[in-house]
Amino acid sequence: MSSTKPGWKEIPIAGIPFKSALEYKTGTWRSFKPIIDDKKCVRCLLCWLYCPDDSFIIKWSEDGKRPKQVLVNYEYCKGCGICSTVCPTKAITMIPEGEEQ
Amino acid sequence: MTVEQIDILLNGDEAAAWAAKDVHVDVVAAYPITPQTIVVEKFSEFVADGIVQTEFVSVESEHSALSACVGAAAAGARAFTATAANGLQLMNEILYIASSLRQPIVMAIANRAPSGPINIHNDHTDAMNVRDAGWIMFFAENTQEVYDTIIQAYKIAEDPNVLLPVMVCYDGFLISHTAERIKVFKDPKDVAEFLGGPRKIPKIELMGKEVELSLNPENPLPLTFGPLDLYDYYFEHKRQQSEAMQHAYAVIEKVNEEYAKFSGRKYGNGRVVPYRLDDAEIAIVLMGSTAGTARYVIDELRDEGIKIGELRVRSFRPFPYMDLERYLKNVKVVGVFDRAQDQGMQGGPLFLETRAALYDLASHPKVVNFVFGLGGRDMSPELLRTTMDELIAIKEGKKPVFNRKYIGVRE
Amino acid sequence: MIEQKWRPNLFELAKKPSLFTSGHRLCSGCAAGTIVRMVMMALPNPERTIIANATGCLEVASTIFPYTAWKLPWIHNAFENAAATASGIEAAFKALKRKGLWKKDIPDIIAFGGDGGTYDIGLQALSGAIERGHDFTWILYDNEAYMNTGIQRSGSTPFAAATTTSPAGKVIPGKMEWKKPIGFIIAAHMNAYVATANPYYWQDLMKKVRKAVLYKGPSFLHVISTCDRGWRFDPSQSMIVSKLATDTCLHPLWEFDPETRTYSLTDRSLYIAKHPDQKLPVERYLETQGRFRHLFKPKRRDDLIKEIQERVDKEWEYLLKLTGFS
Repeated sequence: MSSTKPGWKEIPIAGIPFKSALEYKTGTWRSFKPIIDDKKCVRCLLCWLYCPDDSFIIKWSEDGKRPKQVLVNYEYCKGCGICSTVCPTKAITMIPEGEEQ
Repeated sequence: MTVEQIDILLNGDEAAAWAAKDVHVDVVAAYPITPQTIVVEKFSEFVADGIVQTEFVSVESEHSALSACVGAAAAGARAFTATAANGLQLMNEILYIASSLRQPIVMAIANRAPSGPINIHNDHTDAMNVRDAGWIMFFAENTQEVYDTIIQAYKIAEDPNVLLPVMVCYDGFLISHTAERIKVFKDPKDVAEFLGGPRKIPKIELMGKEVELSLNPENPLPLTFGPLDLYDYYFEHKRQQSEAMQHAYAVIEKVNEEYAKFSGRKYGNGRVVPYRLDDAEIAIVLMGSTAGTARYVIDELRDEGIKIGELRVRSFRPFPYMDLERYLKNVKVVGVFDRAQDQGMQGGPLFLETRAALYDLASHPKVVNFVFGLGGRDMSPELLRTTMDELIAIKEGKKPVFNRKYIGVRE
Repeated sequence: MIEQKWRPNLFELAKKPSLFTSGHRLCSGCAAGTIVRMVMMALPNPERTIIANATGCLEVASTIFPYTAWKLPWIHNAFENAAATASGIEAAFKALKRKGLWKKDIPDIIAFGGDGGTYDIGLQALSGAIERGHDFTWILYDNEAYMNTGIQRSGSTPFAAATTTSPAGKVIPGKMEWKKPIGFIIAAHMNAYVATANPYYWQDLMKKVRKAVLYKGPSFLHVISTCDRGWRFDPSQSMIVSKLATDTCLHPLWEFDPETRTYSLTDRSLYIAKHPDQKLPVERYLETQGRFRHLFKPKRRDDLIKEIQERVDKEWEYLLKLTGFS
C-alpha cells in the first residue's frame, strides 16, 4: 500500500470524493491517436460532440462567434476513433500511438 | 423547569407517529407491515388533516422506503420511516448504505419475528439481524419511552460528532398495540427548540472550500455521494464510521441529561437503566417490555430477602460494555435474557455481548443465557420466577452453570 | 400536448462548461459517455439539477474514489433504487419548500439507470415512482446486458444475442427471448412523458431531454447505448452501429404524450415511415457486432436472421399503427 495516500482522519467523511476526475489522465490508455488535418477540418464540432471523453479543445474566434480551431486533448483522449468515423470531411486519421505522421 | 406536557392515551405505534409529528419531520417514506401499520396510518392522518407539512411518500416496498429516506436526507431533509421483521430484512443493504453516507435518519421498529414460518408477533430477532449495519439502536420498554426516544434520536443522529442513523425498537404488539397513558409535549414548537430548530446540515472541507454535506445545488462545489471504493480506501471509510459509533456513547448520555431537564424523564444514563443493583448478588440483563415484568418479580424476590437486581440495556448499539462492567462487576451470577434466536451461536446475541463485556474483569460473574419469547411466546411473571430461581440456585452452588436454556418452549 | 421550442445549437453548447468531465474510466468508445455529455448539454437548468444514478457502468466508472467526473450534485445509492432515491430527493425539496426552508425552485432531478437498473432489478422502484407521479426524468442508457458485471444477459438483451449467461453454444444460439418493451411498459402507466432516443441523432435526443426535464411529472427516456466491449466491435464504430440500430428500426425513435395519450415518430424514424424504402434490413446491423457473429459464422443462420427481421417488421408495423401511419 502506498504510504502517500491519506489516512482516515484526513479524508472527508461519508465517502465524498475529494478529487476531480480531471486529475486522472486517461490519455495513457491510447493505442491509437487521432490526428486532425487542419486544412480539411471545417470546425463543425461533431468530433467534440460525439467524443465520450470530452477530449477536444476548441479555440474560438476573436468575437467568440465561431470556432477558430479544433484540437485533440491528448491528456484524456482514449484513442477510440469515434471522431474519425463521424468527421464529415475525413479530416481525422487514427495513427498508432508513438508513431508520428 | 420542564416544558408543558399533556396526558394522552396512545399505543406504541401511535406514540412513534406522534413523536415524528412533534419533531415535524420533512419526509416520511414508509411501507406498511404488521405490527407497524398504525405508525404509517396515524401519520397519514396528520398529513391529510394538514397538521404537518411533511411529504408522505407511499413507497411500494420497504427497500424503496429506506432508499427514499436516504435520498431525502442527502437532500437535506429530516427523514423518518418505520418497519419490522421482513421489511427490515428487505431493506438490509440500504441500512449499511444509509450509515456509510452518514445520514441521520430515524426509524421505528416494531420488533417482530422474521419469517419463516411467517409470524407477526414479537421477538427481537429482526433487530439482531441488523446489529452490524452501523445504526445506533435503542430498545424501548414502554410507550412513553418510544415517544421520548424518537425525539432524542434526532438530536443524537444529527450531532456533528455522530451523524449516524438511529433505530428505535419496541416490542411488536406488546408495546406497539398496547395503549398506555403517556405524556406528550403540548406545543410541538418546544420539541423543535429542544432539537435546535430545523436540521443543521454539517459542513465539511472539500478541495479547499467549505461545503454542506448534502445534495444542495447551491454548494460552492457539487458533492458526489456513494462512489466506488477500491481496496485502497474502503477500510478508511469504515474506520471513520466506527469512530462515529464510539462518539455516540457520550452523546447518548448527554442527550439523556438534556432531555431529563426538558421533560422530567430520565432513562438511567441513557445507555442502561439499572434497578436495585447497588448490593445485588444476582442480576438479570435484558431489553424491551419484559424488563417491566421482571422488575415486578424482582420486587417479590427482594421482599423475600434475595439480593437481585436488573440491568436493562437501552442502547444496544453502540453496545454499552463499560456500563455492564461497572454495574455487574460485583455480582455473582448474571442471567441474560434473549428474546432472539441463537442459531449456531453459543447463546443468544445479548448473552454473547454481555459475556464479552465482562471478560476483562479480574473476576467476573457466572453468566448464563435464557432464550425466550420467540414468535410472541408469552413470558409471564411465573415463568420469569422460575428462571430467577435457577439463578439463585446457581449462586448457592446447588445447580451447575450452563450456556443457554430455552424458556417457554414445549419440549 | 407538451410543447418544447428549444433547438440545440452546437456552438452555444460548446461554450458551456462540462458537467461530466474527462478523466472518467468508461471504456474507450463507450456510447454512455457520449450520451451523458449530450444530456448535460441539454439540461434547461444545469445550476439546479441533481442526479441519482443506479449502480452500473456509468456510476462505477465516473466515481472511482477519490475521483469524481460529476460537476453537479450526484448520489449513488444502490442498484435497484435510483427511482426511490429520486423520489426521496423530490419529496425533500417539496417539504422544505413548503416549510419555507428552501426558497428557490425545486431542482430538476435526473435518474440514470442502465438496462439492469431499469428493466430488471430496478423496475419495481421505477414503476412505483411513476405511479406516484414524482417530477423527475429517468434516462435509461441501454447497452442491452449487465455490462458492468461482465456482459450477462438482461431483460433488454435482444433475441439471438450472445452474452456470458446466454452464450451462443452448440445447442442454444444465444438469448432466446425477445427484448422487453420497456418504453411501452412505462407509457402504459399513462402518467409519464416517454421517448426513445439515439445519440447519433443528437438533436432529437437533446430536444427530448429538454422536453422530459421541463415536463411537470415523470419522464422516461430510452436511449440506445452501444457497447464496443460487450457487443464486440471496434470502438470507432460506436456511432455507426448506433445509427444502424435506428435505421433498421430495431430502435425506432418515438415519443408518447401522456396528456393526449398519443404516440408520434420523430427524426429518422419519422422519415423512414414516410419513405419506407429507407428502412434498412436488420442484417446490416447484426453483421457489425461480434455478439451476433454466430448468425453468420461458421455458417449462416438464415432461419434466425429471418425470425429477427420478421419480428422487427411486426413491431415496426405496430408502431406505425400507433402513430397513425398505416
